Amino acid sequence: MIKNSDFKICFSVMTVLTILVGLFQSWGIALSMLNLCLISAVMAMGVNIQWGFAGLINFGVMGFLAIGGLATVLISVPPVPEAWSAGGIGILISGLFLLAVVFSVLIINKRIPNHKYKNYFIFVIIILSIPLLKFIAGPSISKIESINAATSGFLGGANLPIIFSWFVGAILCALVAFVVGKVCLGLRSDYLAISTLLVSGIIITIVKHEEWLSRGVKNVIGLKRPVPYEVDLQNSEWFIKLVEFLNSSKLSNVLDFDEKTSLLNELVISSSGVFVKLCFSLIFLAVVLIILYFSEKALNSPWGRMMRAIRDNEEAAKAMGKNVVKQHLFIFMLGSAIIGFAGAMLVTYDGLFTPSSYQPLRYTFLIWVMVLLGGTGNNYGAILGGFVVWFIWIQSAPFALLVINIFTNHLDETNYIKEHLVNSVPYFRYLMMGLGLLLVMRYRPKGLLPEKIIKN
Amino acid sequence: MDFLNSIILLTNFIIVPGITYGSQLALGAIGVTLIYGVLRFANFAYGDLMAFGTMIVILVTWFLQSKGITFGLLPTALLALPVGILLTIAVSLFFDKTVFEYYRNKKSDPVTFIVVSLGIMFVLNAVVRIIIGPNDINFMDGHKFIMKAREFKKMTGLNEGLALKSTQVITLITTIITCSILFYFLNKTKTGKSMRAYSNNEDLALLSGIDPKKIVLLTWIIVSILATVAGTLYGLDKSFKPFTYFNNLLPIFAATIVGGIGNPLGAFYGGFLIAFSEIGLTYAYKKFFKYIMPEGLEPSTLIQFISTDYKFAISFAILIVVLIFRPNGIFKGKVI
Repeated sequence: MIKNSDFKICFSVMTVLTILVGLFQSWGIALSMLNLCLISAVMAMGVNIQWGFAGLINFGVMGFLAIGGLATVLISVPPVPEAWSAGGIGILISGLFLLAVVFSVLIINKRIPNHKYKNYFIFVIIILSIPLLKFIAGPSISKIESINAATSGFLGGANLPIIFSWFVGAILCALVAFVVGKVCLGLRSDYLAISTLLVSGIIITIVKHEEWLSRGVKNVIGLKRPVPYEVDLQNSEWFIKLVEFLNSSKLSNVLDFDEKTSLLNELVISSSGVFVKLCFSLIFLAVVLIILYFSEKALNSPWGRMMRAIRDNEEAAKAMGKNVVKQHLFIFMLGSAIIGFAGAMLVTYDGLFTPSSYQPLRYTFLIWVMVLLGGTGNNYGAILGGFVVWFIWIQSAPFALLVINIFTNHLDETNYIKEHLVNSVPYFRYLMMGLGLLLVMRYRPKGLLPEKIIKN
Repeated sequence: MDFLNSIILLTNFIIVPGITYGSQLALGAIGVTLIYGVLRFANFAYGDLMAFGTMIVILVTWFLQSKGITFGLLPTALLALPVGILLTIAVSLFFDKTVFEYYRNKKSDPVTFIVVSLGIMFVLNAVVRIIIGPNDINFMDGHKFIMKAREFKKMTGLNEGLALKSTQVITLITTIITCSILFYFLNKTKTGKSMRAYSNNEDLALLSGIDPKKIVLLTWIIVSILATVAGTLYGLDKSFKPFTYFNNLLPIFAATIVGGIGNPLGAFYGGFLIAFSEIGLTYAYKKFFKYIMPEGLEPSTLIQFISTDYKFAISFAILIVVLIFRPNGIFKGKVI
């Protein structure tokens, strides 16, 4: 893996970008950019598995990210006993009812395979179940939401370490992807794109409005962390000693004792933030490397060759006796699980879950730009895309500000046009993304690191 | 009397808003479907094209207002509409020349077109937000109401009022005019027929001497007109916000596919189907049943199929149901 030139390109770009930002801006900014780059790389790898390996176009990335985020809430937040005693039974009963509906639909689907009105019958069952479900769950939902509405108002979670939620998020996403895939994967490419986009819209609406489950638009804040808190670090003996050791030359220049302690204090506070981010970076880097390893293994295995065969010529693969439908469903679930994993990582890193922040432009199409720009069908390409695109996304606002200042230098500070341009600086990132995507599609349609097929 | 009241209630809260919203969706969906039929791809930049057209209309409206020109009782935006249409056509043709033409000549697959339209979506998104900002803008002026609920109550002596906003009437009239011209053009004129022929079978159309460049040009012109008109009507009726326009792409896509992608008449009906289901399924019928049920049998709950939060989800659900049962849409698609 190390010998691979793509590997070198990919990780040297990452190191250089991080060091550049670290030197010119600050190490805190550099590390938080690196962390988001790593999370983006995981997302891009998930999309790349679906699109690059199998040619499945999934515009529902946002929905799977939100499900991953929801998993962190369901796993790590302590449960709310009052809410459980008030409405837990009602919720459980409605959950059972939902299961019953699903099973009855499945049984009907299996037992009467070729009946003329089978589909209509299933349709009627689903339509009738919605008001019934509302009728069963309604009272307990309003009870749960009325308990401590300002601070909780939801059922809470399982109070487990948040790392578990990454895996639970992946499993939840795979389950949802199974249902979505069963419905949508038979469609043509452009229909699939539109319908997955709409499904992700439905998922976001549910997460946003089912307050008993996720607190909805009221957000969940103060999630657990897999790394130490800054405050604990600042009070721990070993960390202060470490900072003292690392900055010993700087500290030895200061002679006055009071000044020395205040300087040390400042250094401890600033480096505790950096240390926490560094811990996150190490965990995320490990995740990226593990997923990359398995993804590369899979791509170069007989299974990977079969997936490429299916992607490039579905009919021929079918004729060779490959079960295209089953493989498509499997890879759709796999890719969505990785996206869900990344969604849980993102929420863990942010420390808060805000359902209203999920927008398709940022959470679906940006990830797609990463994959297309980096290189379709190449895992290193996806990682590179994650880095480069996130870097541009973050840095285009300061860059645009610089350019605007150069061009409007002769204008007055209060000039209307200049003021307007400076205010709209954040939107230049969309422009950069769009132009970048158009240019890459035109001149390097396979992406920066094109797919390499190893022939053996 | 109660019966009349219940009818007025439904008209006020379902039929009138449904027709207005349905017309806006229908105009948008016809645009998407035309692009699909002639150029053969799903254009994800369409919502932002609508936003762009509306933005130009707003800017011209502001300019006219600053010069003291208004349109009397009607909104000034209607005066500004031609300028908006012209500039939107220019932008569409510019993107077609610089971007789409290359892929059309290469005969790229539909997915490449989708990806490229995503790029244009990002660019237009940025342009609109840089020029006019991301905030809500209300540019409706002129006479606001044709009939107020209170006036209606006084006039008829009924309990329920019927409010009629002038934007609703303008929307309906504009839609009728635009759609009749469009369908006349597509079905009766020679150019329209050649467009349909091109959409139906490209090779055969080329053999019969139809110029593909002319057809493509014409399609972009029609699509830009529809996008600007639909966007302006939506903005007049509600308000202009770039993000809402982007989101409106989703019900428009739903309407397009429900009606059969590539089929303008289907898209027209699809728009109304989506609008009426969104409004009809989220309306609480409690008051309606109060009027028509005998005394003592009034419902205690809201009688609402699903809460208003799920308004958007309804169009998606309809789309998925249609995709499962009739993947070609309710009206056979693929031909304009």
